[in-house]
Amino acid sequence: MLLTITTTAEPATDLGFLLHKHPDRVQRFPQSFGTAHVFYPEADQDRCTAALMLEIDPIALVRTRRRDTPDFSLGQYVNDRPYAASSLLASAMANVFRTALRGRCDARPELAASAIPLEVALPALPCRGGPGLAEELFAPLGWRVEATPVPLDPGFPEWGDSRYVSLTLRGTLRLAAALNQVYVLLPVLDQAKHYWMSPQEVDKLIRAGEGWLADHPARTTIVRRYLANRRGLVRSALGRLAEAEDAPEDALDRGPIDEEPPAAGAADETAGADVADGVVEADGELPAAPPVPLAERRIAAVLEVLRQEGATSVIDLGCGSGKLLKRMLADPFFTRVAGTDVSHRALTMARRALQAVRTNARWTVFPGALTYADDRFHGYDAAVLMEVIEHIDPPRLPAVERVVFGDARPRVVVVTTPNVEYNVRYAGLASDAMRHPDHRFEWTRAEFRAWTEKVARTHGYTVRHLPVGEDDPEVGPPTQMGVFTR
Amino acid sequence: MTEITIPELGLVVLVGVSGSGKSHFARKHFTPTQVVSSDRCRAVVSDDENDQSATGDAFELLHFIVATRLRRGLLTVVDATNLQPRNRQQLVRIAKDHDVPAVAIVLKVPLKVAQERNAARPDRCLPPHVLPRQHRELRHGLKSLSREFHRHYVLDGVEEIDAATVVYAKARHDRRELTGPFDIIGDVHGCRPELETLLTRLGYRIERDADGRARGARHPEGRTAVFVGDLVDRGPDTPGVLRLVMGMVETGDALCVSGNHEDKLVRALRGRKVKISHGLAASLTQLEAEPEEFRDRVRTFLGDLVSHYMLDGGRLVVAHAGLKEKYQGRSSGRVRAFALYGDTTGETDEYGLPVRYPWAEDYRGRAMVVYGHTPIPEPEWVNNTICLDTGCVFGGRLTALRYPERELVSVPAERVWYPPVRPLEAAAPDASAAGARRERDVLKISDVHDLNGVRTSLLGRVAVREENALAALEVMSRFAIDPRWLVYLPPTMAPAAASSLPGYLEHPAEAFEAYRGDGLERVVCEEKHMGSRAIAVVCRDAGTAADRFGVDDGTTGALYTRTGRAFFRDPARTEEVLDRLRDAIGAAGLWDELGTGWLVLDCELMPWSVKAMDLIRTQYAATAAAARAALPAATAALERAAARGLDVADLRARTARRAGNAAAFRDAYARYCWTVDGLEGVRLAPFQILAGEGTSYAAARDHLWHLRIADRLAAADPSGLLAPTASRVVELASEESEAAVTEWWLDLTENGGEGMVVKPLGSAPAGGKVQPGLKCRGREYLRIIYGPDYADPENLERLRDRGLGRKRALALREHALGMEALDRLTAGEPLWRVHQAVFAVLALECEPVDPRL
Repeated sequence: MLLTITTTAEPATDLGFLLHKHPDRVQRFPQSFGTAHVFYPEADQDRCTAALMLEIDPIALVRTRRRDTPDFSLGQYVNDRPYAASSLLASAMANVFRTALRGRCDARPELAASAIPLEVALPALPCRGGPGLAEELFAPLGWRVEATPVPLDPGFPEWGDSRYVSLTLRGTLRLAAALNQVYVLLPVLDQAKHYWMSPQEVDKLIRAGEGWLADHPARTTIVRRYLANRRGLVRSALGRLAEAEDAPEDALDRGPIDEEPPAAGAADETAGADVADGVVEADGELPAAPPVPLAERRIAAVLEVLRQEGATSVIDLGCGSGKLLKRMLADPFFTRVAGTDVSHRALTMARRALQAVRTNARWTVFPGALTYADDRFHGYDAAVLMEVIEHIDPPRLPAVERVVFGDARPRVVVVTTPNVEYNVRYAGLASDAMRHPDHRFEWTRAEFRAWTEKVARTHGYTVRHLPVGEDDPEVGPPTQMGVFTR
Repeated sequence: MTEITIPELGLVVLVGVSGSGKSHFARKHFTPTQVVSSDRCRAVVSDDENDQSATGDAFELLHFIVATRLRRGLLTVVDATNLQPRNRQQLVRIAKDHDVPAVAIVLKVPLKVAQERNAARPDRCLPPHVLPRQHRELRHGLKSLSREFHRHYVLDGVEEIDAATVVYAKARHDRRELTGPFDIIGDVHGCRPELETLLTRLGYRIERDADGRARGARHPEGRTAVFVGDLVDRGPDTPGVLRLVMGMVETGDALCVSGNHEDKLVRALRGRKVKISHGLAASLTQLEAEPEEFRDRVRTFLGDLVSHYMLDGGRLVVAHAGLKEKYQGRSSGRVRAFALYGDTTGETDEYGLPVRYPWAEDYRGRAMVVYGHTPIPEPEWVNNTICLDTGCVFGGRLTALRYPERELVSVPAERVWYPPVRPLEAAAPDASAAGARRERDVLKISDVHDLNGVRTSLLGRVAVREENALAALEVMSRFAIDPRWLVYLPPTMAPAAASSLPGYLEHPAEAFEAYRGDGLERVVCEEKHMGSRAIAVVCRDAGTAADRFGVDDGTTGALYTRTGRAFFRDPARTEEVLDRLRDAIGAAGLWDELGTGWLVLDCELMPWSVKAMDLIRTQYAATAAAARAALPAATAALERAAARGLDVADLRARTARRAGNAAAFRDAYARYCWTVDGLEGVRLAPFQILAGEGTSYAAARDHLWHLRIADRLAAADPSGLLAPTASRVVELASEESEAAVTEWWLDLTENGGEGMVVKPLGSAPAGGKVQPGLKCRGREYLRIIYGPDYADPENLERLRDRGLGRKRALALREHALGMEALDRLTAGEPLWRVHQAVFAVLALECEPVDPRL
């Protein structure tokens, strides 16, 4: 809600010309979500400070949206927008300092074109990634960065720091460059869900990066974070259930499951990377010969087993976004393929992926849950549970066993799951952490073996075990696989 | 005059040439919807009754209509010429597929009559050769009719056709008019002494003949015995059992269905070739010693036994080996085979016995199915079915089920009369107490998917939208606990209408006014604890958990959240809570007082931070932290500007006020957060006793009763876990009473309380849709919901304009579903029925409504 810009250039009051705002006036600029005020707390020859203060009307913020769908998350009613330096502040900057952002100043053209000593202060800047990220993003642009974390609640010191920092930037830059940088990086640091931003505003922000973003060492991160959190305006059914549970709105959403924690120093690869590459031309950033990703090796191992077992009709139980299904459709060996998942989002992705494949195989994907017996699971040579069981609460696992091995009873069942012993090889993974936040357990090789053997005995299958990925002599392979046959 | 007998459920095929009067006959004897006519179908698919090119499509439609009607259990009459055996066979096949009898009625008229009738119909112009050909086909086709149909009638000539009458015959298995009460008795297998003992124990008086042999029995209160078959073979006195049961059946004191052993015995008695097993040989030898007329009587009796009975308005089905829903009330070879022999998977077990197909686990019918056939150590309820064969002849017990009481009565075998092939215990190694409920932790997707809504006794059908059902499925399968514990989910609750008092968005006055408007005289106001909703299912011991809920892993209950998640990740923590609840229930004497071994409690668990910490961190504390960092900086900047003489007075005042609001906001959430260590610091406030064995207390008792019990629980808990719930009663006619409670509410909320819930007392006026509760939240608490600055006059004014309609409708629907779940649970209905209602509550929670309400 507050941004102050201070200069010590002589005469400092020229800041008024650069910003096109007179130092002796208090000005109001109505915004769709409140009012922006510009005033000068100090305006001396040697030091002048302009303040942009945004007074947000939290009720108007929500009510300007479609009135007929009163379907907002609680987070849209109770949030930090009235206090934090968020994308709304960026938006107000664009509006109030439009000419200054373009670097135009007819009264002092030479001043607008030259670097001047500046101090920019943001007392409550949301910064997911901590003070270090603020340093990482602003320092390469020539700023000395002072970022102090804000404690979450002084009454509960054990809660630690909040995601906010008090940020002060000092440096000698053109004012227009400084404004543009702040304008773009505010939402990047915030990384909040941009309920309040229209696509046009996004375009504007990308344009504001001209001249400095392309050379920024963290440009991929900047653009990815910028775009990754654009969301639909209406909360999902899952969001509503999360709220009923007193949990954050996205607590029940499950990210992509093709997880492999980063090994030491590996670049983080997430969904936004493709978008980022489209916006900022990435050239030669990737290492020369990347190793085959584990997800790919897993798929290859599963396909190999299905082939060996002569299983031409296969159902993928927990198919996710359809990566395995897609490969089976492309392979004429498979004649009938089905996938099921309980996530609506995953199924939509799977359907889209499969429709693009030219195939002679018959295929279907449908919503289903492995804790409910389902006639649609019947009648396939093989069922695949690839990286699925570890997402099931252990007390519910016997139900899944009964559904798959007791009720559907295909001739072949292939199960893969992480080998927790291998986790020590992931430098990026904390020692007690699991590979994915939704994992309910991760098993050692012995635990997996004990489970598979119990299941096989109970349901009349025989089981064999295969490693997937590099079989480390000490800790075993990253993924373990059990092949059940009867 | 021919009297034509038609089954109440079956297929009637009219056969006759064009112009033989089939349509006229059909109109005369059947209702228009019962008759499916090929001419009509031809018209439907072609706009022309006589368009022969449409015949193929017309018959496809006809067959579809016939199949659909038969599937739905409706008598169906086919009005088509049906002259060629091929055409008739297609219809007979459809009847067979639906396990109903098919009857043919042939209308024969002289060729001349048919020709005249056709000539008189201007819309029909048959080529001259057609009728003579049809006539020939009819003559030839008649021979095969007796093979094709269960019965057929030939009406020869116009007069006979006109004179014929139709009567309906009820199927022999259809005894729905008998409402009992019944005593259903398991497999006797010639164990006459045990049968006499059991009948006596059940209260029957046994009648004896001159030789002292039991030849009948009658219950003084008019109860009827129903035998599930397998009266004979293996045991010591098959003739004695038959004498007794035949006597009872003849006097109307008993009903009996056929077992597989009766089926074989009667065939042997009729001299057919059957494989004579050891058990059968014993019966034949015993019967040899009886006089010929007794054997005749036995032959007739056994030969007349039906495969199953439908009783008590269709609510009870008795069949020897059980009967799946699709076969109930039907008759065909395969229905009889299923009822007598059961279905097998085709595999055999280690003793070489066929593995039986577990039809009962898939059973979803409404009728209770009582059966025998498979010896088990103790009868168990599986989806409203129960097997009563407790292996008396093998030295087990002879068991009866009292209906409708659902009580089991049994007598032990006097000795092992016949060595079992497979030890009784081996049949079900994890056998539990008699009458236990066996429920699996797996339900079927069809129990919850494609639901056409859930019927509730309060609101009729409550519909569930597809996308909400899918979201509920995701949450249920990824996060919810074992469905056997998940017997209830709490409904949402609407707030009272917005207050118009300055400074208040919610105030008790509106809640009282709403209930006054509903015609109520009294309400109770309950303190609303600010924590997280928790449902506790508590069993007295692990045995109760196994017998009543079918959970036999040693857990004794569950503690779960509004969306069905385990409240604590650690099962040991849950058991600790259950232990303390159990102790309190025991110490308060409630197990005995309420006559139950389990209770479902509606509770609030505090502090809020136990469950909501993630939300508090990311949303509430974060907002306060941002305010704490930003507002002082803003104030300082404004002060310096003011010092320069700039006019920022208004902005300064507003900013100062907002800083105060933000501090109040922080205090509002911080009140509900404190550090806990294990259960140290955790409080659980039960405020409603939802259900126990046989009773949905939520429906049966008023809120004052619930609060009294809750108080007793809190008082009986020495550990300090259980918290009481304060409450006040308001006489809605008394201003004084209302003022006193309003004062109480103000006091409660000024001291950090969330607020209160107002609930109706006394019977609600009929027809009105009275909200089960209205919440009145405190001024400070509402900052958490509406934001720090909500109470500023300009904000409050806008917030008062809130639509409550959707929320209220949703609250009523979820309440109806919740009560339905408890009704089904306490009525002893199968798990899938309970789960449907529970699942629907979760699905409705996905409905978009203003989350601040």
